[in-house]
Order: sequence, then structure tokens, then C-alpha cells
Amino acid sequence: MGFHVIKRDGVPTWKKWLIRVVSVVLGLLVSSIVTLVLTGTNPLDVFSYMLKGAFGSERRMWSLAQGIAILLCVSLAVTPAFKMKFWNIGAEGQALIGGLASVTCMIFLGDKMPNWLLLIVMIFSSMAASAIWAVVPALFKARWQTNETLFTLMMNYIAIQLVSFFVYKWSNPIGSGKIGVVNPNTHSGWLPVIADKSYLLNIIVVLILTIVMYIYLKYSKHGYEISVVGESENTAKYIGINVRKVIVRTMILSGALCGIAGFLLVSGTDHTLTRDTIAGRGFTAIMVSWLAKFNPITMILTAFILVFFQKGATEISTQMGLNDSFSEIIMGIVIFFIIGSEFFINYKIKKNEKEVKE
Amino acid sequence: MLRLQSFYYGGFTVAEVPAIELKNITKTFGEVVANKDVCLTVNRGEILSILGENGSGKTTLMNMISGIYFPDHGQIFIDGKEVKIKSPKDAFEYKIGMIHQHFKLVDVFTAAENIVLGLKDEGRYNLKKSTSKIKAIADLYGFELDPNKKIYEMSVSEKQTVEIIKVLYRGADILILDEPTAVLTPQETQRLFAVLRRMKADGKAIIIITHKLHEVLSISDHVAVLRKGEYIGTVETSETNESELTEMMVGKKITLNIDRSDPVNPVDRLIVAGLNCTNHDGVKVLDNVSFTAKSGEILGIAGIAGSGQRELLEAIAGLQYLDSGEIIYNNPKTEEQENLRNKTPIQIRELGVRLSFVPEDRLGMGLVGNMDLTDNMMLRSYKKGKSAFLERSNPKKLAEKIVEDLDVVTPSISTPVRRLSGGNVQKILVGREISASPSVLMAAYPVRGLDINSSYTIYNLLNEQKEKGVAVIFVGEDLDVLVELCDRIVVLSSGKVTGVVDARNTTKEEIGLLMTKAFGKSEGGKK
Amino acid sequence: MIIVSFIQRAVMQGIPLLFGSTGEILTEKSGHLNLGIPGIMYVGAISGVIGAFFYENSVGSANIVPLLAVIIALLSSMFGSLVMGLIYCLLTVTLRANQNVTGLALTTFGVGFGNFFGGSLIKISGSDMPSITLSATSNAFRTELPFAHKLGAVGELLFSYSFLAYVAIIIALVSAYILNHTRVGLHLRAVGENPATADAAGINVNRYKYVTTCIGSVIAGLGGLYYIMDYANGIWSNNGFGDRGWLAVAIVIFAIWRPNMAVLASILFGGLFIVHNYITIPGLGVEGQELFKMIPYVVTLIVLIVTSMRDNRETQPPEALGLPYFREER
Repeated sequence: MGFHVIKRDGVPTWKKWLIRVVSVVLGLLVSSIVTLVLTGTNPLDVFSYMLKGAFGSERRMWSLAQGIAILLCVSLAVTPAFKMKFWNIGAEGQALIGGLASVTCMIFLGDKMPNWLLLIVMIFSSMAASAIWAVVPALFKARWQTNETLFTLMMNYIAIQLVSFFVYKWSNPIGSGKIGVVNPNTHSGWLPVIADKSYLLNIIVVLILTIVMYIYLKYSKHGYEISVVGESENTAKYIGINVRKVIVRTMILSGALCGIAGFLLVSGTDHTLTRDTIAGRGFTAIMVSWLAKFNPITMILTAFILVFFQKGATEISTQMGLNDSFSEIIMGIVIFFIIGSEFFINYKIKKNEKEVKE
Repeated sequence: MLRLQSFYYGGFTVAEVPAIELKNITKTFGEVVANKDVCLTVNRGEILSILGENGSGKTTLMNMISGIYFPDHGQIFIDGKEVKIKSPKDAFEYKIGMIHQHFKLVDVFTAAENIVLGLKDEGRYNLKKSTSKIKAIADLYGFELDPNKKIYEMSVSEKQTVEIIKVLYRGADILILDEPTAVLTPQETQRLFAVLRRMKADGKAIIIITHKLHEVLSISDHVAVLRKGEYIGTVETSETNESELTEMMVGKKITLNIDRSDPVNPVDRLIVAGLNCTNHDGVKVLDNVSFTAKSGEILGIAGIAGSGQRELLEAIAGLQYLDSGEIIYNNPKTEEQENLRNKTPIQIRELGVRLSFVPEDRLGMGLVGNMDLTDNMMLRSYKKGKSAFLERSNPKKLAEKIVEDLDVVTPSISTPVRRLSGGNVQKILVGREISASPSVLMAAYPVRGLDINSSYTIYNLLNEQKEKGVAVIFVGEDLDVLVELCDRIVVLSSGKVTGVVDARNTTKEEIGLLMTKAFGKSEGGKK
Repeated sequence: MIIVSFIQRAVMQGIPLLFGSTGEILTEKSGHLNLGIPGIMYVGAISGVIGAFFYENSVGSANIVPLLAVIIALLSSMFGSLVMGLIYCLLTVTLRANQNVTGLALTTFGVGFGNFFGGSLIKISGSDMPSITLSATSNAFRTELPFAHKLGAVGELLFSYSFLAYVAIIIALVSAYILNHTRVGLHLRAVGENPATADAAGINVNRYKYVTTCIGSVIAGLGGLYYIMDYANGIWSNNGFGDRGWLAVAIVIFAIWRPNMAVLASILFGGLFIVHNYITIPGLGVEGQELFKMIPYVVTLIVLIVTSMRDNRETQPPEALGLPYFREER
């Protein structure tokens, strides 16, 4: 006697979401126990700190929205490739290269053209740079089946070292090892502030991208081809899809979107570049996209959950005078629970009957 | 070897106990009876062939002996004692070894590493010792094998040798080989048979599953015949002949009542000439295949599974690279000729060739299981139009129409097709392919796994297409259906055309003989 | 003598990488691409630090028993990485989660865990130490062979390291031996190459995956511990370990999945990491050093590309790497 696991199908949507909500709640419970053990704070206070950290003031809400927007932007970028089962874990490097292109334009073209033109040049050069960074592994995958996970992973670190190189080279003041805020007086190459809200434009851009990506994946011919290639390469060949072309085209798109994320971080947020500008979002984005089952609209929610926990946990650590890496621990725990919960959606456990053979 | 032989044949011939005996074995899957009252006896030092068409229940039977399935009724005796074989491990303990059609080998390992894989009770791991044991086995039976050669460097026949030695190494003395010659060249087959004869002389009991009549006659002592799950009987090989075996295998003619109209104004639509194709393993899967498909008729393609049917259809559809040969399409509109050889599916479509293809692998190729009905309708047509966006209203209407016309049972048209039953999946696939109003329609095993009603729906659809003047190519496995549905039948055997017969004036026996015709014995000729 | 000291430093840089890559090679041989290795190495480091910290705190750093200090740090480090390995296996093997996503989550968690405790340990424990400086334990770890410095250059090159460095090399060589010359190794490789075949041959696939991944985690975690106790003299600094975890993953490719190759590769990569301190190339400033640090990744990428182009079956990743295996979905 024992147990065996069988695949199940057609779990009603409400039940799926129930399982997911339960998993998040369990994650929260475990997180609060961890917090209790480490800090002695009672769990209710933990939640109120979290809420305060995320929604406590107008500034915080904007910061939350900005955090969601940037993470969402990178998540949108990795989604089409993942849907195609191309495991691009190089969004970190791709976005960073986009940021590098933006900051290069800001430094060298800052006073040579009107701001609107500069911004356009920045967007396009970022998109192009990131697209190149992304298409290289795709070309090797399409031609020689080179393992894309390992390839894109290496490309991350090459990008980081490249950025490090320029950060030192262009450091300001010289020798500081930092680029510092670029064009602090002229603000050229800075994304304009609208309605007095410094991140509003970022958020609007990402919202538009989300809707565009949703439409692209669901209603465009390209999106349909991506789905078919991801589901079955045999079917794709049967109906005459050029699989290599789809892989390369989709990675160019992925890269270009990473470029936009890099641009938003440099031009719309930091106005500078460091090797940590992307701050691990390239990896977190994979989780956002995967947890949302590659649906851009659902990704708003998953990005929200992750950023919320991050901001909330940061607040706990500030309140308790702890290190702000606390947020990563909490985020990790919650993700473990969500990842684990998928099993209960896709499978059920059955007791073995006698004489049942596989 | 000689010592063993005398041990088995010296004194025990009178009261000989069979190595394995099956009595009244029955196995059902749901309502399908896979095996019904099967009785088999194999003695030591004997080779038994099991003969039957596809779907006659041979593999199910063997899986019961090797512990993968458990019979519903009946008894199994090993050396005269009744046993229960509940798992592959049990089978191994009764010294039963099965050599499957699909090899289970690790490619980057050597032969020796594969052979000892999973063995635990041998003391210290010593590949050298194992290698010499392997060499001893190989020498004993006359295998040619380098134990240090990697699997990925091996030919199919070498891999098969590894599989056979694997079971011998584990001490098996009842060997079951599932269609061992399907992947071998004639020379390799001869070598295998020589080895099998030596194993027989050594007192092993051997069961070999095959479709090839001449092989049955040359290798076995007895032949057991199965047909559609039923046990027909066992005959002594020395007292039978090809035609008797064929008759036992295909059975008496059954009338199916499929309407068949006479072809109207048949014109040559698709002319296939001299196709040659080699697969990944370097085996020749199509050997100089030529035939003509005419408009307004159903051309059947008969053959044992794996005789090149899949490659043939995929070559026509632009999915299979050909070494040589021509595929000429006569365009009914422009009356121009197009050569489809080595063109991609898109190029074929762009030439204005209206070719529809219902592949054998429905959910792995013809449809996408995770997509709903509407999106599956679009697979063929989504590219139409200049817009960058999909047009879903027509596919949706088509899906609704197919559900309506063909009585597809589905919760809704937004249900993923993987959740539908086999018959419904097939109706959707055939419905979509027909909706493109093709001039050539190819269907591979379109009724496999379908119930009677769904099968008839499919036959009727094919007939309708024929009456519309479509050239229909039908790959089937049920000879009764082929004989009643088709106008002409091309018979394939091991990648060669062994005959083209008029379906109205042929018998199942004639086709059966052509299907099992030997290598090199005849040239692919037309009648 | 500059060469001798360069090689010494290269070895010391290479040892954490060697632990990490040996652990990851074993894991990948079971078919698991564990992208949680960087996080696991952080956890291995901080767990050892926590153990040592409480021990030093309770008896006072002057009174520690060196052997006990080493054992406490080792055991707590191994426990920490073992838990990480178990989390990975629970999610990917038992709950069938995606390997990449699980691994990345593990890295997020592990790096956070390391930095959190590194930054907050003093506060949490109410200690009066100004920063985490475990000099006493570190000294115990760094005990060298007495004759090392008496044998001249040979002694310096071969015998001047602390015991964990030798442990790393021994583990790598023993792993190579086990993989290629034992039945367990054969079965493990079969699991990573073709789990269905291994299953059919009666090998318990899931058990192999669990055990190997956990052992791999523990080995990788020791790399983090070595870095803190040996290389960093017992001083924890947040993010001090840097991206060495990813570099370890790169070495796996560079060493084409062979632990004995990883020994050389790790020292080579260690050398590339510090070579800019030893040779002055005219015009190579601080920024040039950053380009230098790119070399290991570029070289790895070239190895990856060349092996995929050559399509030599002997140098490919395990065939089932990253793919889930569930018997009923065969």
C-alpha cells in the first residue's frame, strides 16, 4: 500500500485561486512566525508594519507602485520567451545593458540635442542594445541548440562587468567609483515629471506595455505562434511555422522590453547607473511571470504581492532596527509556498488500490 | 553449451514440463477486450512465434507475462507451478526477460555499463569482471558486441544486442522479443536468428512477436495466432504454410456496409515517383516508393505499422526530407504541375496546393491539446490576411459548425481539446482539415481508438470528399475497412511498395501476403 | 616569489568556487539544474558564522577550544545548507515545481538570509561585539601544517593552506572517482541522463535525486564557510561573498561536468579573479580590472558554445538536466 500521484484536469478556477490564496496566507503565517522568533514582535504588529510599509503614506504608495511598475516591466519582457519554453534567465543583464545605453546617451548627448529628441534616442538605443544582448543566445539556441539557461546566465555577468568598467571609467567625481547623478542641473535625458508625481510616467508606460503585451500574446498572430511553438514544436512544424525564426524574433522582443525597463530605471528613476541598478529584478521577474502563468494582467497581481512583501518587510526591519535583507527572507518564504501550491492544483494524491499497475 | 543441451534433451524428453504455460488469460481495458482466453505453451529449447495484426493484443499479452499488466482471469505456470507476476521484478525473479521494441538504454554509457545498470547484489562494482562475463555470454551465443562501445555510436542492431545480453546477464531463460526484426536489415535479421537458434539449443524458451510470415516459418517451432484480442490457435510450423497463417491472422471477410461509389472522372492528382528516405538511425524507411493518387477516389495504404507510412505522408506534407524522388501535384485550377519534394508546408501552400493532412499523432501534431477548439481551428488558417492580429470569428463559427455537424461532445468550444475523448478529438481534426476544401486529403489511421459510430462518421466524411472529387489517401490498419472503403490499395512492406491492388477485386489474404512479403524477394511492382 | 604568492592567492580564491562547483556538478548529474547554489553558499556561510558566533560569545573568544570551534562551525554550516537542499528537493521532486523558478527563489531567500543575519546577528543576540569578527574561530580554521613554510616554494605552494582547502580538493577527486568508478556513480549518472531507463532498471530515481542534491548543497555550503573563516579571516561583510555562487555554476560548464576538471578550473578562475593585482598592464586602470573580471564568464561562454557546436556526446550536459521526471508521465 502507498500513495501515488495522478494528474488532474479541469480544476475550477475558483478552486485554483482558493489554493493560491491559502498558500499566500500560509506563507504569511510562516513569515510572521519567523519574524516573531527573530524579533519578538507579535504577528499582528508584523502585519500592521507591513501594511504601513506598503501603504503608510502617499510617498510610500507611489514607491510601491513604482516598484511594481519596474518589476512588471521586466516580467513582461521575459514572458513571451518563457511561453515559448525558452528559459531566458538573462533579463538582469539585458536590462542592465539597456540602462547602459541610456546613461551613455545622457552623458555624451546631454547638451547636444533637445530633451525630447534625446529621450527618443535613449529609448531606441536602449531597446536596440538589450535586443542585441538577448538575440545572441537565441541565435545559438536556434542554430546549435546551445543551452539557453546557461548562456543567458553568463551574459548577465558579462553585462555586469561591462557596466562596472564604464562606471569606473565615467565615475564622477573621478575616482569615486560611481557615475553619480547625470545632468543634475540640466535634467537632460530625465523622463519628465508629470502632475508633480515623479514616477507617474513610469507607471503609465508600464501599464500601457502590460495591455499591449496582453493583446500581443492573446490576439496577435505572433502571440499565437509563440503559444504553438511553446506547446508543441511538432505541431508548429506541421502548420509550417519557422521555429527558429520565432525563437529569434521573440527574443528580440524580450530584449527590447528589457531595454525599456533599463531606460525607465535610468531615465525615469535613478538618473544614474550602477552595477546593481536592476537589483535582481531580472530573476524576480521570472517568478512573477511564472506564478502568473504568463498572463500579463495576472502579473500585476503577482508583482504586487512580491513588491508588497518587499516593502512591508523593509518596514519591519526599519522599525526593529534590523537589516533590510529581511524582506528577501520573507519574499523567499512566500514564493516557496506559492510554488509549492501549484502541485495541489495540477495533481491529486490517491491511495493505491490493490493490484493497480502504473 | 553442449553440456546444457544434453541436460535438457538427454533424459527428460518424456515428462517434459513447459517452461511457461498460459491458460485462458483474459484482460480487458474498460470495455475493450485486449485478450480473450489466450492459451500458450512454450517448452525449453523451443521458439514460439506470436502472429497477429496491429491491435490483435500481442503486446498486452506479453506485458502480462513481464509483469506490467495483471490479467483479469486465467493462470500462468512457470515450470509447472502456478505463479502470480505482479511486477517486472517478479518477472525477473521467474527468469523472464523481455526485449522491448523501444530500447531503454543510456546513450552516453558503454554497453557494459548499460548491462550492469541497476544490479545491486554483485559485490564490489567491477566493470572489468562484468565485461568478461558479458564477453562470455556473447561468445556462448555468437553475439558480436564490443562491451566498451558507447550506445550513441551503435547501430540499431547493436543496441538490440545490448538489450538481449542485458536480460541474459540477469539470468533470464525465458526470453520475449517484441518485434525484434522490425528495425533490422535482412543481414542483421539472419544474424539475430542464428543467435536465437543457439539460445534455443542451450535450452532457453523463446517467444518472438512478429508480423513477417517468412520469418515465422524460418525461426519458430510453433506459431500462435491472435486476431482482435482473440486466441485463434497454435499450429506446428512444420505443418503449416503462408496462406494458412494469413487466413488465421486476417480471418474471414466481414461485411461492413460502407457505401462505396464508383470514382467519377478520375484524373492523376498526385504522382509519387521513386521516393527514398533514410531516418535518423540510418535505416532506409522509404525505398523507391511510387504510386499515383487520383481525384475522386480513395487510395488506401496498407502495411504493417512502421513500414514507412508515416514518412511517406510526412514527405508529401513537406515535413520529411527525402534523399531522392519526385512528388508531382497536378493543380486542378491552373493545370500546372508542381514538384513538392523537399518543400516546406508553407511553400506548398503558397504554390496553391490544397493539401490537407490528418496526422497519426493527433494531439502531438495535428492539434494543440492545451488550446481550445477555436484556437485549434486557426492552426491552418491563422496566417490569412495582412493584419497582424488574429481573426477569431470565422474559426469560432467553424468550430461551432463542426461541433454541430459531426456531433462533437464537448462542454463548450472554449474547452481545451485535450479534455475531449479520442473520437471527438479526431472529429475536430478531420473536420478542420476537410473545411479547407482540399484537393488532396491524407489521413493516417483516422479511426484508431475510435468507437464504431465515430469510425463510421469518419468513413462517411472521407466518402463525401471523394465524391467531391478530392484525391483521398487513407492509411489504415484494418484490412476489412481498407477493402470496403478504398478504390485502390497500395501495399507497403518495409518501406517498399509490394503491390497495388484493386480493392473491389482483392481479398484480405492477398493484401496480407503482400504486407508480409520478404525483403528482396520481390520488386515493388504494379498490378 | 611573486609567482608563488600569486598561485597561493589564486588557490585561496579558487577553493570556494571548487566547493560550489563540485556541489553543483553532483546535483546536475542527478538531472537538477540548481540555480539556488549562490543562495545555498550564503546560507552555508552564515550558518557556520552563527554557530561560531554563539560559541565564541558563550565562552569568550580567548577561551575557545579550537577543535570544538571548527566542529561547531562545520556542523552548523552543513545543517544550514542541508535544509536548503531539502527545500529544493521538496519543491522540485515531491511537489514537482519548476527547477529554475525554485532555484532562483532559493537564491533570493539564501542571499537575504545571509545578509540579514550578517547584519542583525549582533542586535538579535544582544551581544556587545561591534561587528561579526570571529578571529578566534577563523584562526582555528586556518591552522596550517607546521612544516609548510620550511620547505621553501614547494611548501608554500603545496602545504600552506588550511585544512578545508584540502578537503575541497579531496571531495572533488572523490566525487570524480565515485561518478566514474562505482555503482552508485553509474546509477547517479543514469538518473541524470535518462531517468526513465534508470527507473526501469530498478533504480530509485527520486531517492537518488534527493540524496545527491542534498549532498551537493552541503558541499557547496562549505564553500561559503571557507570564504568567511579562511579567506575573510572570520569577518562577515554583507554581500562580501559576491557573485562567487554564479561563478561556481559557470565552472560546472567550463569543467564539462567533471569534478576533477573543476579543481583546475577553480584555481584558474581564482587566478583570473586576482591577476590584475599582480601584473600591471600599461593603461589598465581600475576600470580595466573590471574588464578582466569578465574573462571567466567569457571563457565559460566560449566553452559552452564550442561544446554545443562540436556536438560531442561526451562533453554535453546530462541529457535530462532541468527536466522533471514523473513516472506516470513517461
